[in-house]
Amino acid sequence: MAKPVTLKELSKKEILLASGHRLCAGCGAPIVVKMVLLASDYPVIASNATGCLEVSSCISDYTAWKIPWIHNAFENAAATISGVETMYRSLKKQGKIDKEIKFIAFGGDGGTYDIGLQSLSGAMERGHDMLYICYDNGAYMNTGIQRSSATPFGADTTTRPAGSVVPGKTEQRKNLTKIMAAHNIPYAAQASPSHWADLVRKVRKALEIPGPKFMNIISPCNRGWRSRTDDAIMLSRLAVETCYWPLYEIENGVTKITFKPKEKKPIVDFLKPQGRFKHLFKPDSEELLRKIQEDIDREWERLQKEEACFSS
Amino acid sequence: MAKIVAVTGNEAVANALRQVNPDVCAAYPITPQTDMMQRFSSFVSDGKVKTELILVESEHSSMSACVGASAAGGRVITATSSQGLALMNEILYIASGTRLPIVMPVVNRALSAPLNIHGDHSDAMYARDTGWIQLWSENAQEAYDNTIQAFPIAEHIDIRLPVMICLDGFIISHSIERIEYLDDEQVQNFVGDFKQLYPLLDIQHPVSYGPLILPDYYMEFRRAQAEVNTKVSKVVLDVASDFEKLSGRKYGLFETYRLEDAEIGIVILNSAAGTTKDVIDEFRNKGIKAGLLKPRLYRPFPYEETGEALKHLKALCVLDRADCFGSSFGPVYSDIAASLYPFKDKPVLVNKIYGLGGRDYLPEHAEIVLNELVDIAETGKVKSYKEYIGVRE
Repeated sequence: MAKPVTLKELSKKEILLASGHRLCAGCGAPIVVKMVLLASDYPVIASNATGCLEVSSCISDYTAWKIPWIHNAFENAAATISGVETMYRSLKKQGKIDKEIKFIAFGGDGGTYDIGLQSLSGAMERGHDMLYICYDNGAYMNTGIQRSSATPFGADTTTRPAGSVVPGKTEQRKNLTKIMAAHNIPYAAQASPSHWADLVRKVRKALEIPGPKFMNIISPCNRGWRSRTDDAIMLSRLAVETCYWPLYEIENGVTKITFKPKEKKPIVDFLKPQGRFKHLFKPDSEELLRKIQEDIDREWERLQKEEACFSS
Repeated sequence: MAKIVAVTGNEAVANALRQVNPDVCAAYPITPQTDMMQRFSSFVSDGKVKTELILVESEHSSMSACVGASAAGGRVITATSSQGLALMNEILYIASGTRLPIVMPVVNRALSAPLNIHGDHSDAMYARDTGWIQLWSENAQEAYDNTIQAFPIAEHIDIRLPVMICLDGFIISHSIERIEYLDDEQVQNFVGDFKQLYPLLDIQHPVSYGPLILPDYYMEFRRAQAEVNTKVSKVVLDVASDFEKLSGRKYGLFETYRLEDAEIGIVILNSAAGTTKDVIDEFRNKGIKAGLLKPRLYRPFPYEETGEALKHLKALCVLDRADCFGSSFGPVYSDIAASLYPFKDKPVLVNKIYGLGGRDYLPEHAEIVLNELVDIAETGKVKSYKEYIGVRE
C-alpha cells in the first residue's frame, strides 16, 4: 500500500511536465498530467495518444516531458506502452536492467473511448503492468470540438451542433470506467483534478498494484466547453458535486465511492456555466434538462447500490 | 557445421528467428503466416528463447507494440501476411520514420476483396513505399538466409530501418524443401548484440519519441530519411559478403541468371523465378539467348545497378504477381522502366500479370512469354505492352 503524501511533500517534488508547453491557458490536461506524475514515487515512462496533450507538449525540437515519453499514433497508446513494458520485462529477466519503473499511457477521450478502445482492451486483457490514464474532456477537442462517445447528452459540438431541430448530442455517454472494470482488471477508478488528494491517492495506489490499471480523469476544456479560462477546477468540482462525475474506485471487483457530496447539487449547476449547454436553457427545453437530471440520478443510484452490495 | 534439413519455409524462418533470439516478439495469426508464429511461440513455451511474447489483439497493435518495444531498447520481431500487413499500414510508416530496426517476415498473400488466402505479392507491393527495406526470397533457403541477414542490415548504425523479408505464401511457406541451417552459435555471432540508440528505458537520460514536426522542419526530416535509403545497398552487400564467408551462399542486390550474354530476358520475383530458370535452360538448349533477373533488395530499389544489368537486352518482360489499378503497369514493371529510362539503348519492355490469388505459374507460361520476346526481338513489334497471363478469357 502506498504511503499517503501531504501537499507539503508534493510541493517539494519536481514537476515533470515543464512549463512552456503549448496547451491552451486553463486546459485541464496538463494539470492532470502534473498531478499524476507528482503522485509517483517511481520513475515513469509514458506513452501518449495523438491529441491536444501530445501535439502541444512535444513540437520538435522542444519537449515538455522530463520523463521518457513516446507518441506513436492516435489509437495505440495502450499497445505502444504494452510494447515498452514487455521490453522492460524481457531485459529485466535477462538481468540487463534492475530498476523499478512504472508505465503510464495518456490518452484523451477520443483516443480512449473511441478509436483506441480495441488497443486499450487488448492491453488490459493481456495483463501488462501499466496504468492507463484517460483525460476526458468530452469531445475531439484537438480537431475542433467534434462529438465523441464521451460527449454528454445535449452538448453542442461541431459535428452535432445544437440547431433548430437537433438539440446537440442525442445519445448517452459510454460508461468507459465500468467497461474497463469489466475486464476484471485489479483497479479502475474515476478522479477529478478538483479533488487532488483523492486523485493522487488513487494514482499512488494504482502504481503499487501489479497488472493493468485504468483511471478516468475529468479534464475541463474551456474552448470546447465554452467556459471561462480559469474555470477548470471549479467545473471539475461541480462535475463531482452534481454526481455527473462520481469519484469512485473498483478494486478487485469491489466498488467504493471515494467522495459523497453532502448535498448533491442539481445538474444545472454544472451545465449552466458552459456555453456548450446554452441552448438547453432556452424556453421549452425543460424536458431535456429533466432527462439529463434523471439520467444522472439513475446512474448515481446504481453506483451507490453497487457499493452497498459489497459493504453489507 | 551446417545441418541439412527438410522443412517448410515457415519452419525455416521460425528457426532463424529462434537462432537470432530476439528480446520481444508481437504475434497475431493470419494465414499463411500463422504457423511461423505458432512455431516461434513453442520456442518461447519450451524456454528455447529468451523472447517475451506479446499476443496482441490485432496486427495494428502488433506493429504498435513493436514500435514501443523497439524504442524501449531491444531486438523486436513480428510477422504477418496480406490483410494483417494492410491493417499495420499506418504504423509501418511510423516504424520507419522513427528509424526502428524491427524485423518482420511477410508471407505474401493476396489482398481482399474478393477474399483469398493464397500467394501473390499484392500485400508487400502495397507496402513498398512505407520506408521499410524489403528483401525478397525465392525459396525457403533464401527466406532463412534473408531473415538472418535482415538483423545486421536493419541495425547497422548508418541505417536503423525496419526490414520485411518476403516469401511466397503456401508455395514457399508450406512446401517442404531441403535447406541448410547454420549453427545457433554462428547465427548469434553473425547478428551480435544490439544496442538501441536513445532507449526509452534509459531513465537517466529521458528522451521524447514521436514529436510533432511542422512545415519548418518536416521536409528536412524526410530528406534525411531519403538519404538513409541511399546507403542501404552498400550495407546489404557488405552483410551479404560476411554471410557468404559464413555460409558459402552468395547474395547480391539481385540475382542474374544467364543474363550477361542474353538477348531476351525476364524480371520476376520470388518462387516463380525457379520455374522460369528451368525454362530459360530449355531455351538456351535451343540456342536462344534468354536470361533472368530476380530482384532481392526491392526497397530501396537499386535503380542504377538494375538498369545497368538489363540495358543490353533486345526485349524484356517484367512479370508482376500484383497489379496497380489505375496505373498502366504492374509495380515491378514501373521500377524496371524507371531503371532503364536513362539509357539511350534499352530493350523493348513489356509487362505480364500472373499468378494472382495463388493461380499456378507453370513452365508453359514462361515459354509463352519467352517466345513472345523472341518475336519482339526479331521484329521490334509489340502485340500488347501489358496483359494478364494464365487467366480465363
